[in-house]
Amino acid sequence: MIALQDEKHFLEKVTHEIRVEPKDWMPDQYRKTLIRQISQHAHSEIVGMLPEGNWITRAPSLKRKAILIAKVQDEAGHGLYLYSAAETLGISRAEMIDQLHSGRAKYSSIFNYPTISWADIGAIGWLVDGAAIMNQVPLCRCSYGPYSRAMVRICKEESFHQRQGFDILLKLSQGSKAQKNMVQDSINRWWWPSIMMFGPADESSPHSRQSMEWKIKRFSNDELRQRFVDMCAQQVKVLGLELPDEKLKWNEKRQQYDFGEIDWKEFRNVVNGNGPCNKERLATRIKAHEDGAWVREAAAAHAEKRRAKSARAA
Amino acid sequence: MENRLSYTLYLADSALILSHRNSEWTGHGPVLEQDIAISNIALDLIGQARNFYDYAARQINQSGLNDPATEDSLAYLRDVPEFKNCLLAELPRGDWAVTILRQFFFSAYQTLLFEKLQHSGVDDLAAIAEKSLKEATYHLRWSSEWVIRLGDGTQESRSRILDALDQLWMYTGELLEPAHYELAAAVEGYGPDPATLKETWLEKIQEVFEEAVLPVPGNEWMQTGGKTGKHTEHLGQLLAEMQFMQRAYPGCEW
Repeated sequence: MIALQDEKHFLEKVTHEIRVEPKDWMPDQYRKTLIRQISQHAHSEIVGMLPEGNWITRAPSLKRKAILIAKVQDEAGHGLYLYSAAETLGISRAEMIDQLHSGRAKYSSIFNYPTISWADIGAIGWLVDGAAIMNQVPLCRCSYGPYSRAMVRICKEESFHQRQGFDILLKLSQGSKAQKNMVQDSINRWWWPSIMMFGPADESSPHSRQSMEWKIKRFSNDELRQRFVDMCAQQVKVLGLELPDEKLKWNEKRQQYDFGEIDWKEFRNVVNGNGPCNKERLATRIKAHEDGAWVREAAAAHAEKRRAKSARAA
Repeated sequence: MENRLSYTLYLADSALILSHRNSEWTGHGPVLEQDIAISNIALDLIGQARNFYDYAARQINQSGLNDPATEDSLAYLRDVPEFKNCLLAELPRGDWAVTILRQFFFSAYQTLLFEKLQHSGVDDLAAIAEKSLKEATYHLRWSSEWVIRLGDGTQESRSRILDALDQLWMYTGELLEPAHYELAAAVEGYGPDPATLKETWLEKIQEVFEEAVLPVPGNEWMQTGGKTGKHTEHLGQLLAEMQFMQRAYPGCEW
């Protein structure tokens, strides 16, 4: 009886757009869904530092180098807020990191692609951050309070990153022949993986319906993907370049772009661990964590010594 | 002119090269909060480097003697013997103990340097020093706390920071030993003679080491040369990576 009332109260809140807060009653499945989604999002920020970090030491100018360090550092900050948001649901950061390292938790597959040229840093900003923003702006209104508040801050920084990414591409597109080739090659490689970031097509998206009902999610995967394609199809013209899709064409009747079929086999392959960098990315994260173990232990031991000392003094 | 330019480049190069080393940690730090902290120090240092390069480029361009310079031509198109950074900055990042201890030695020096340099007779240098002093002060506090944690943490952290000390100490002497252009700066009143900072620097090291239960090494042989372009093998490798794009695609804008 009490449980039924709790559930009713919860659903009323969700319906009336009142945020659910950590101490409020919530269905187990709602909690689980959020933990899965928020921790996956946090992991994506952390693993996402690697492909871009790959170019920090080779950035072509001091200005670009400084911007890139700041950007990757922002991602670490996003990871931090998101881990904290997930912790309000009763899971620790250590547990979440363990889930990542043991392969039980996923992160965005896009980061399993390599950054092989400087233009990739621009393409990640424009396309990957662009797709992330498209996915994340609706999350600022997510029914779970701590997540929605973290997303407000993250989205502000992400849109700044996207502009910087586009600026890198714009500069390249106005540059030498080699620079133009570099940027077109990069767009060719990042386009399809970017539109895969919206997840499976609606008819085969396993978690979508319930998440929409609980207002964790506001728009379907395909709706968001379409918006993204429409936006990029316009923006790529500013660069004087092309998206690698022969079927991309304005549809007067739909007032949207038609576009080609996504290679879902590749999508599933990368999700299931067979992307070009899956093993490497995870190994790098595990190494950083293991190499840092003695540092974390030292910090804890020292803090303990201090506590003991001040307890003795008191 | 020649001396002032060398002096400015020494300040710029040391900040840039140490920034580069610290930025190698970004994404690989021992814990998220410290990944952010070390990246932040890298950012502060690259900011300082850019300000000093900008001033160096203006000196070059006003003289009209050389090809026009920019912050990027100075950072990306000079080779090893032209770099004037202290040797300490170019050593590999090592483990967290090496990174921390190096930052501590460097920030203790930079803090004292900028305290004096903010009263430089050259306005450009004074302005950069005043702004950078706030950053260096924070870097010194952060790295001091870590030296103490590692020295007085676990057996492993202690043994690692002792190894780091063994490796780095011989590179600290150079910070406080004047190069010819630093002597000129002292004579002309736009920068301190680093030898005058030595005593206070050592006091700072002693103070923190005492809390960290670490021994202050005695008078050992000190390696020098970086300030006048005689570097370790590590700098060439670092520049090969850092300058790759500018070398592979000359004359482009980014």
